[in-house]
Amino acid sequence: MRVALVVPCYVDMFFPEVGVATLELLEKLGVEVEYPFDQTCCGQPMANSGAAKQARATEELFVRNFAGYEHIVAPSGSCVHHIRNKFTAAEDTPERRHVSEHVWDLPEFLCDVLKVQEFPWAEFPHEVALHVSCSAIRGLNQQTMSERPNDAWFSKPRSLLEKVKGISILDYERRDECCGFGGTFAVTEEAVSAAMGNDKLERLGANGARYIVSGDMSCLMHLQGCAHRNREDFHFLHIAQVLNGGAA
Amino acid sequence: MNVKPVDQARNALAFLEDKDQTASFHNLFDEGIWALRERRDAAAREVPEWEQLRDLASQIKEHTLSNLGDYLELFEANARRNGVHVHWARDGHEHNQIVLDILASHGVKQLVKSKSMLTEECDTRAFLGRRGIEVTETDLGERIQQLDHQPPAHIIGPAAQKMPQDVADLFHRVYGSDPQNAEPVYLAHVMREHTRPVILEAGAGMTGGNFAVAQTGAIVTVTEEGNADLSANVPKLRICSVGIEKVIPGVEELAVFIRLLARSALGMRITQYTSHFAAPRAGGEMHIVLVDNGRSQRLSDERFWPSLKCIRCGACMNTCPVYRRSGGLSYGATYMGPIGIIMMPSYDLHRYHELPFSSTINGSCSNVCPVEIDIHEQIYDWREEMSAKGEYSVTKKAAMRVADAVLSNPKAYRAASEVGETAMRVLPHFAIYNRLNAWGRRRDVPSPVTQTFHQWWARNRGDGVPPADASSERPSSETSG
Repeated sequence: MRVALVVPCYVDMFFPEVGVATLELLEKLGVEVEYPFDQTCCGQPMANSGAAKQARATEELFVRNFAGYEHIVAPSGSCVHHIRNKFTAAEDTPERRHVSEHVWDLPEFLCDVLKVQEFPWAEFPHEVALHVSCSAIRGLNQQTMSERPNDAWFSKPRSLLEKVKGISILDYERRDECCGFGGTFAVTEEAVSAAMGNDKLERLGANGARYIVSGDMSCLMHLQGCAHRNREDFHFLHIAQVLNGGAA
Repeated sequence: MNVKPVDQARNALAFLEDKDQTASFHNLFDEGIWALRERRDAAAREVPEWEQLRDLASQIKEHTLSNLGDYLELFEANARRNGVHVHWARDGHEHNQIVLDILASHGVKQLVKSKSMLTEECDTRAFLGRRGIEVTETDLGERIQQLDHQPPAHIIGPAAQKMPQDVADLFHRVYGSDPQNAEPVYLAHVMREHTRPVILEAGAGMTGGNFAVAQTGAIVTVTEEGNADLSANVPKLRICSVGIEKVIPGVEELAVFIRLLARSALGMRITQYTSHFAAPRAGGEMHIVLVDNGRSQRLSDERFWPSLKCIRCGACMNTCPVYRRSGGLSYGATYMGPIGIIMMPSYDLHRYHELPFSSTINGSCSNVCPVEIDIHEQIYDWREEMSAKGEYSVTKKAAMRVADAVLSNPKAYRAASEVGETAMRVLPHFAIYNRLNAWGRRRDVPSPVTQTFHQWWARNRGDGVPPADASSERPSSETSG
């Protein structure tokens, strides 16, 4: 199977090791990974700020880079939510629609397409708290939403982590309350954003977990910033790093 | 009128840094409001068909709003048949004038009033006050806000932003009660002692309405304190003001909303009082004022009409993490929180143009909304509307233009992002919105990396020979605290 790897701009710039872990993990699973070389960003930073006009060229560049692939995989629920559900700044062409319909967030791709049953190479003998982003939950339906208490419980990212040897996943209060990142919200409303981040950290760590794992590095970038400032001893890992092994 | 745009972010900062408040106040506010969300979840869990009820409620609202003229006329005809005077008000001013005329024609100088967001919207109390009518709020929370000269901080609990001690101090100042006693029961008694006599003396009573039932011509109020019933039933002259979007077809539809409303708002199966006001009491007179105030215009808006489905339960603000850390007053608006963000710009685009940015668009509000308003999608759309209409700050405009230029052009993006002599100095400026300080005020910026993913790929997986300075090491950033 041939897959095009999306490396989100902030992963490219700040967390390249997450791109490498995603690449290596997919390869271990027998996937042929291509990295369209001229990729930059999905356009979400502009579109999410209301600047559709300024998002157009970036979205169209994305379409040009990825339209030739049957499977497009990104290690980011937030970007995939944008590409799948909000890709309206680009001209509405068959290629644009193809890209929106064939993009996967990594946990979905592992669960729904590859249907991975085990990660024999992965071991993580730690207590972790799993943060599933709002985009992944409410935008991509990767986990039961806490607001819908009559829905049956499921969580794609958690089901993947549970396959890792030695891992212990700790529950915490308000599991799907927003961490406060919110894209440009993090700077336009920095005080509230940081207050939310600090509250989230407190709950994530309340049961003793020191490893915070998520499918969204943007949330973690924000939480890590809060933790560093408070000199708190947390480790932040993308789910790809845990599933790929070697992160312990 | 103050037309200066509301700066919610700045107001929220003031709320977070308010030195008058105890250090734990913010947590108490957050936890107190969050408790309502938890109770709501528990109440919804008790109803297996909860999600179907929401679907149904949404459909009823959509149907009624699509045939609004017909239902309003049916409501009017039935209300008149019940012996009620029905008035139509185009806007807030017309509403206030109608109320004033009714009061003046009866020589009324004292009006008791139960909580009504519509009269907040129309600024009715101030209007009547300036014309010599003394208005007394009879809802505890609303009375507290009135005495403190503040608008409501929450549509269900107007005084949500006050601690019991704040209220004890306020009542001491106004009523001379014991400032040491901040027991809520005591405070409720103080308030009752001082408002009950006013209710007995007042020449007229005024209420809002949760629903206007077309089939019966009745206004239905849903309350906890019973003050709406006192305000409406004790004085001989009764005035009900309702927005035209409050009309629903009949009592069967009402049942759907009654099941949803108290559960969504308070996590209760039902409130203490669900009152139908259909006709004047014996020897009395009843007036209903149906108010448009921008609603028809919003209804004609293809994108933003759904906020008219709102039944004012407040569940969206209870779940909103931004509301809970900003306080309701920070929105500088009659309607606050997520629903306020999507309603207020249609009242005054310029004044409220920054509100849609006071959200992380996390989607929780849409999920709790009992009438399934896609609130977070509307917030997203309002941002686009602000940008398209030029109601967009210079900073944002500049940042977006740079982001467009850099992110749509691979060469420019590489030049800005790749690790080299100047990159890490250039990069954050577009990557984090040209306001590095805002990110860094309370948070650390991500640590520098040795190479971008793109550089790593070029060196390790690229087709050609790696560049001379190639590093085959795995890239890393400091991700531990």
